[in-house]
Parts: sequence; C-alpha cells; structure tokens
Amino acid sequence: MAAHLSSGRVNLTALREAGRRELREFLDKCAGSKAIVWDEYLTGPFGLIAQYSLLKEHEVEKMFTLKPGRLPQADVKNVIFFVRPRLELMDIITDNVLREDRGRSPQRDFHILFVPRRSLLCEQWLKEQGVLGSFIHREQYSLDLIPFDGDLLSMESESTFKECYLESDQTSLYHAAKGLMTLQALYGTIPQIFGKGECARHVANMMIRMKREFPGSQNSIFPVFDTLLLLDRNVDLLTPLATQLTYEGLIDEIYGIQNTYVKLPPEKFAPKKQGEGGKDLPTEPKKLQLNSAEELYAEIRDKNFNAVGSVLSKKAKIISAAFEERHHAKTVGEIKQFVSQLPHMQAARSSLANHTSIAELIKDITTSEDFFDNLTVEQEFMSGIDTDKVNNYIEDCIAQKHPLIKILRLVCLQSVCNSGLKQKVLDHYKREILQTYGYEHILTLNNLEKAGLLKPQTSGRNNYPTIRKTLRLWMDDVNEQNPNDISYVYSGYAPLSVRLAQLLARPGWRSIEEVLKMLPGPHFEERQQLPAGLQKKRQHGENRVTLVFFLGGVTYAEIAALRFLSQMEDGGTEYVIATTKLINGTSWIKSLMEKLEPAPF
Amino acid sequence: WQDYSSDWSPKDTVRRMQRGKVCSLERFRSLQDKLVLLDEAVAGHDGNVITAVLIFLKRTLRREILFRELEVRQVALCHLIHFLKEMGEQKLLLDLLRLCFFSLSLQLSQYREHLNIQDVEKRREFLKGCIGLPFSAEDTSHIQDHYTLLERQIIIEANDRHLETAGQSEIFRKYPRKASILNMPLVTTLFYSCFYHYTEAEGTFSSPTNLKKTFKIPDKQYVLTALAARAKLRAWDDVDALFTTKNWLGYTKKKAPIGFHRVVEILQRNSAPVQVLQEYVRLVEDVETRLNLATKYKCHDVVIETYRDLKDRVQLTAYKCKVERGSAEEEKINSILNNMVRN
Repeated sequence: MAAHLSSGRVNLTALREAGRRELREFLDKCAGSKAIVWDEYLTGPFGLIAQYSLLKEHEVEKMFTLKPGRLPQADVKNVIFFVRPRLELMDIITDNVLREDRGRSPQRDFHILFVPRRSLLCEQWLKEQGVLGSFIHREQYSLDLIPFDGDLLSMESESTFKECYLESDQTSLYHAAKGLMTLQALYGTIPQIFGKGECARHVANMMIRMKREFPGSQNSIFPVFDTLLLLDRNVDLLTPLATQLTYEGLIDEIYGIQNTYVKLPPEKFAPKKQGEGGKDLPTEPKKLQLNSAEELYAEIRDKNFNAVGSVLSKKAKIISAAFEERHHAKTVGEIKQFVSQLPHMQAARSSLANHTSIAELIKDITTSEDFFDNLTVEQEFMSGIDTDKVNNYIEDCIAQKHPLIKILRLVCLQSVCNSGLKQKVLDHYKREILQTYGYEHILTLNNLEKAGLLKPQTSGRNNYPTIRKTLRLWMDDVNEQNPNDISYVYSGYAPLSVRLAQLLARPGWRSIEEVLKMLPGPHFEERQQLPAGLQKKRQHGENRVTLVFFLGGVTYAEIAALRFLSQMEDGGTEYVIATTKLINGTSWIKSLMEKLEPAPF
Repeated sequence: WQDYSSDWSPKDTVRRMQRGKVCSLERFRSLQDKLVLLDEAVAGHDGNVITAVLIFLKRTLRREILFRELEVRQVALCHLIHFLKEMGEQKLLLDLLRLCFFSLSLQLSQYREHLNIQDVEKRREFLKGCIGLPFSAEDTSHIQDHYTLLERQIIIEANDRHLETAGQSEIFRKYPRKASILNMPLVTTLFYSCFYHYTEAEGTFSSPTNLKKTFKIPDKQYVLTALAARAKLRAWDDVDALFTTKNWLGYTKKKAPIGFHRVVEILQRNSAPVQVLQEYVRLVEDVETRLNLATKYKCHDVVIETYRDLKDRVQLTAYKCKVERGSAEEEKINSILNNMVRN
C-alpha cells in the first residue's frame, strides 16, 4: 500500500502509521456508526494517510462534502466534521447544525476534528452563534508533515509564505516546529541544525524551547538524520519564478500536481479500440497518481525534459521484446514463467503508454513559439543580461493581454535578478499593468513588493552578479542528457537554495560568508544533545542524511536537484526534503494575489 | 487546586494557554501586567494565544490606550486587524486604521474594501474617500485614476445605454454591446471608446482622445488599441490615418510607435484583405521578417519587390512557382529577371 514511502533511505512508513493510529483513536472515541463531513481541502492530504477502507473499518458509513444547508439523510449515530480552523467554515457548520431536525430519532451526535489544530477564534465564533455546546468531542488532529514519497514530506499549507512574510503571522512556523518534534519522536533527535533566514531562526528556537518544556520527548531512538537544514523561501526568491524544465516540474507547471495526483485532458488517453473510430471520446479528465511506486516514473521524473524521449523509446523496445518472448516459449515451464510475468509487463506497458501521452502533451507546449520566447527572456535575466531596462517581450505580452500571472512572474524575475528595479522601470511596468488589467491590482503589486519580489532598488547597487558568480548559479555548458551539475534542472541555472545545501555539506558555509550576508536573514548553527550512547558512528562509506526544510514552499525542480546530489558518487550526503507546501511559480504568485472576488457570505 | 492559583506570572499563563488550557486573565489588572502578558504572547508565536490576549485587552482597555500600545507592536497589531476583519467589526477597524497610519498596508486595506461594494455609485464615493488617505505619491495617482475612470465609466455607461435603447445609433445597432463598461480596466475602456466613439471630439468624456489626455496614455498603447478597434470594424481608412503623418513639406509618410510587423499581425487576425495587408508588410523594416510575413500572407508584390532590391535571382526564380501562371505577378517577375540580365 505504501511502497512509495519505503523506497528511500529513511522509511517514512512509520510517520504514516503514526498518523493512521491517531485517526483510528479519534474515530473509536465517537463510538457507533458515523458519517464524516469533509472540508474539501483536506480530502487530498488525508488520502495520503488513510484510504476509505481504513475509515470503513471504524464504522464510517457515509462521507459528505461540507456545504451550507441541511445535512444529508444518513442513519448514523455520529456526524463528525473534519475541518481546517477557518471562520468561513464555521459559518457553514453552524448552518448545518441549526438546520438539523431535532425532532428526528434517533438523534445524531455532533463532533468536530480540527486539522491541524483547534482554534480559539473558531470556537469563540461557534459560541457566539450558540452552537458550541452541540459538539460532544472537539479535538485536533495534528496532521503537520504528510509523507508524499520516500524522501518527501509536505505540510500542504498554502498560506504560509503570505502569512510569514506579509502578515507577520508565524502560526505555520509553530506547526512546522511541531511537525519536526513528531519526526524526532519517531526518528531520533537531530544532532545538528543549520539555518538561514528569519523564519528558520524562529523554527529552530521553537524546537529548542519545545524540547526543554516537554522533557518526556527525550527518547532512546538511534538518530536517523544527521543534520537539519532550515531555509527560508525568501533567501531564494528567484528559483520558483523560473519555468521548471524537469519532467515532473513541467507536469506541475502546465497541469498542476495536487497531492501526487494530476488531471490531464482525456483525448490522448482514450483506449484505442479496433473499429471504434473515435466516437464516444471521454469527457472527464484523466486522473493519474504520480509517485515513485511507478518504476518508469521514478526513472524519468527528475530528468530534464529533453532527456525523457530517449528513455521512453528505449523502454518501448524492451517491452516489445519482452512481449515477443511468448513466441519463443516452448516448454510448459517457460510458458508458465511468461504468464507469471504478464501482469508486471502489462503494467509496464500501460505506464509507458501514459507517459508517452503525457510527454506528447508537454512537447506541444515546449515547442511552441511562446514558450521559447518566454524561456529566452527568463534565461537572459538569470544570466544577468539587460535586467535594468524595460523589457520588450514583457511589454508586448502586456499589450496582448497575456495572463497576468505570466507577466508578474517575468517582472518579479527581472526585479530579483537586479536586486530591485530602478524606480523609472518599476513605475513603467506598474502603470502598464494597472492600465491593462485594472487598478485593483495595486493590492497585489503591493504584496509583491512587501514580499521582496517586485520592489525598487534601494541601495543603488545590484548584488545579484556577485551572488551569481560566487555560487556559480549560471552554468553555460549544461549537459541535459547526462548532467554533472544541478543546473540541468533549469537548463543552465542552478537553484540558489540547493547550491546553499550543496556547499553546506562541502566545504561548509565558512567559504561563502560574504555572499551569505547578502542574502536576507541570519544564518546559524545549533547542536542538540544526544543521550549518551546514541552518538552516531558512521560506517566507512556511509552517507550522511540531511533533512532540508523549505519554509515557504519548494519546487519539484529543487527536489530533483537535491535527488541528483543524493545519488552522486562520493557525494557524501543523502537528502530528505520537507516543506510547508509544494509550489510552482504560478501557484506561488497566485497565493500572493489579493482575492478580488467578494466572498459569497 | 493548582488550576485556581492566582500566582502565575504572565509568562506561565501564556505557556499554559499554549498547551490549550483555559485561563482566566482577569487577574491582570494593571496596564503594566497586561502589556507584559501581550509581549509574552507575541514572543510565543502562537496565533491563538495572541488573539485570546487581544480579545481580553480589547474588552478591558480604553481604545486609545490599546491603539497607542499597538502602534509599537506590529505583530500584535496585525493579529488584531485580522481578528476585527473576521469578526466584521468594521467601525472599530476603520477607527484603528485612521489612528495608525504608519504602515502603508493599512491604507491599502481600506482601499481593498471597495471590492465589497457592488453598487457603482457607492463604490465611486468610496474611492473618492480613499484619495485623501496618505498613500505614496505613485499609489495616490493610481487611486486618483481609478476614481476618475469609474466616474467617466458611469457617465459613458448611462449615455450609451440610452443610445442603445433609442435605437438611432448605427454602430450600436450593428454591434450590440455584450457587456457593460463599468469596472473594466483603462485599456479595455479605451478599446471600447475607439470602437463606439472614435470620431467624437476631444471635449466629450467618451472620446478616445479625451481618455488619452486625461490618463496620459502613451502613444504606443494608444495606437495599438485604436488599431485593434478599427481593424475589428474593418475601417481600413482609419487604420491608414493612424499611421500617416504630414511632414513640414506637406508630404505624407507612414510611421508607427510600434513595429509594423505588429500592425500586420493585428490586421491579419482581423482578416484584412491582402491589398491592405500588403501596404503594411511593405513597411516592415527588417528584411527577413518582411519576407517571412509577405510569403506567409501571400503578399506577392512585396516578395517580388524585396528580392528585386536584394538582386536575388535565385529566390525570385524560385518564387515563380508560388504565383499563378499567367498572372500579373508572374509577368512582373519575368520582367525583372530580364532587366537583371541586361544590366
């Protein structure tokens, strides 16, 4: 069931098990038959912890989506609300509860499970509406870090970046710290903590304080992680803005991967039946799960897209040859063996078909003129060319009213690569954007400025060239087929965040003190005492294990880059990645845009 | 008995609240104690606890004192604003905003409220009120423009609605409006104006030249928008006039603040006839682009003339197969080829 979680250096199945256990305990507390009313946002992440089968085992008979109005008919003893602690959801719950027919029998008991934490504000709100007393069990389910793959954990908290950098609200960081405490309870205290950034500092402080205040958390588990690296997203604002060029990165950029699932246009996936001629084309999008349990996907996900084609054609030949074997099977034994392999071969063939279709869909986009023009401008900026003037391509795109997010990604990229734009250039872009897309976008532009993404150049000097040169962020000769450096993930640009991780491992951050000072926030090192006898003695040739925690979001390209470092011979370190959210440039900028439609209530 | 002890310091209280225990804060009577409590809550980073303490302070402190203390505690201030917004305490929120102007985001918070006002007249009034707030100089001018634009749109909308229902205006009869102009961006409004009110004198609110002047729309943007509108109406003479200027000798010359290849693109998208398209392809400066476009859109004369100017026999000969046999173009090519031989 969780094959994808045990494939890595650290077996994350234990984390998932802990989550399932906590869920079971709560469900059993509400004894009897139950119906769960779901906050839609939670169904995805929960699906990674427990499937319906587990819920059924604990008498969950029905599941509904949270919406206003009367609750559906269901002959159950308990109705449990699984919700995030948000006021607008409390309104809906209130509506549901007030409309419940009190005269019906048998009466249904109400409970609430807040994910990941209870909220005073929400409970206050329910109290003011007069319904707080209707709930028997009010608990929290601390779903902080969810295992997505053998080396990947995410909190899937999409508002963290905005809350931390724009609203000075560090509640997410508190959850991050709690998540790390849970990890340490299962995998041992992490002896060394490095960090860069204000939020990183806060999380480290919280971890240390939590350890002090909850002495029971001292355990005797042999530490699995050697190092924890906490990185603020705003230390590297550049990377998420650039278009990712790995296979998985492009799938996310174009179609959006949600909780390891992607929805694709169905036309290319219609089963080819003889003589059907293409009538009855499916209209529902094709939904696929993408994780390392799928052999072929694990092989191609982190490759530069230009290197995927040759892998697929090689695979096609191998699978063809394997199916041909049936003609060569002569003895009963050989036939039996062939038949036993059949399911695996069929799965491989179906997997190949899917990814060939996906690759074709992506190729249509990457070979388009617009994609090329956009990428060219991105690469010019990242290599430091013409970042101080108004860019013609961007102006043309505004004039042709391309999607606003595309424009924002480009102007922010230019600003970051120039350490801020000259006032005249900034004003010019702002004016054009407001005149073309509407004045209300002042609000978004202000948010982007606050986040440091689109701002005037204050000090009059541009630090980016120095940072770029010292950290070797732009590599001219990239080998996309057989890369020797992490810059392959953006065909030339090495993600700044991953470079920092790389240099931390070897030769250490002392060598880049000057550059670190140019990046925002403090950098620090902390050590946590291990109980005697648990000091790790590494075997000769055994790699260190480092957990890199991105506070504010991480892209699939950065994950690919870290995986590249992990499998480097003589690399010395294997990486596990944690984050508050899996992001791409579009979803990231979207989270910083002011919601312009007035709320329905 | 521990739950009822009254000996807890603010720090202990905050710690207990972080663990989810209900604590009565009533014993913190003095301002000093309350502020220490607030600072401890902020240091603990737990949003729940900070909000709980703020609720208590809001209830037990005079507003002026609370606001004054929050001015120097930005994190707590942000939490209170968030709380007031969520609880819908508009009046208190606005009072808070008026008193605490040190942070730019508070004015914008105010400005953002306009989105919740559906009625255009009320929205216009609201925007007018926003202009006086202490924004940066740049933002002030944008908000001023927003107000002015909405004011104009209301007038144009009322007028045009009237024209449409009266049924006398040809353009509105031929091209009935699909949507109202209210709350549309400036460039969209300009397009609308170039479409429906192109010939109006500068004095009217709905004339394109008036919009250009009032909002200081740069030439480039203006020409592009006017071009798109006139091309959609297939008003090729108007397109021509956009690019024609008379120099001091009285000669007419064509020039554009945008590349002519862009003009061609837009004309082509609006299915301009080849004769019109050809005029502008001819004006594309870059030879390679000109040849590409001319070949793509079958502007034979331009292709022929360009190869002639390049003295490229080979291409010219090759192009013969792209034109109709016995056509004027074929004759033209032959004639040029012959001349090349002679010279």
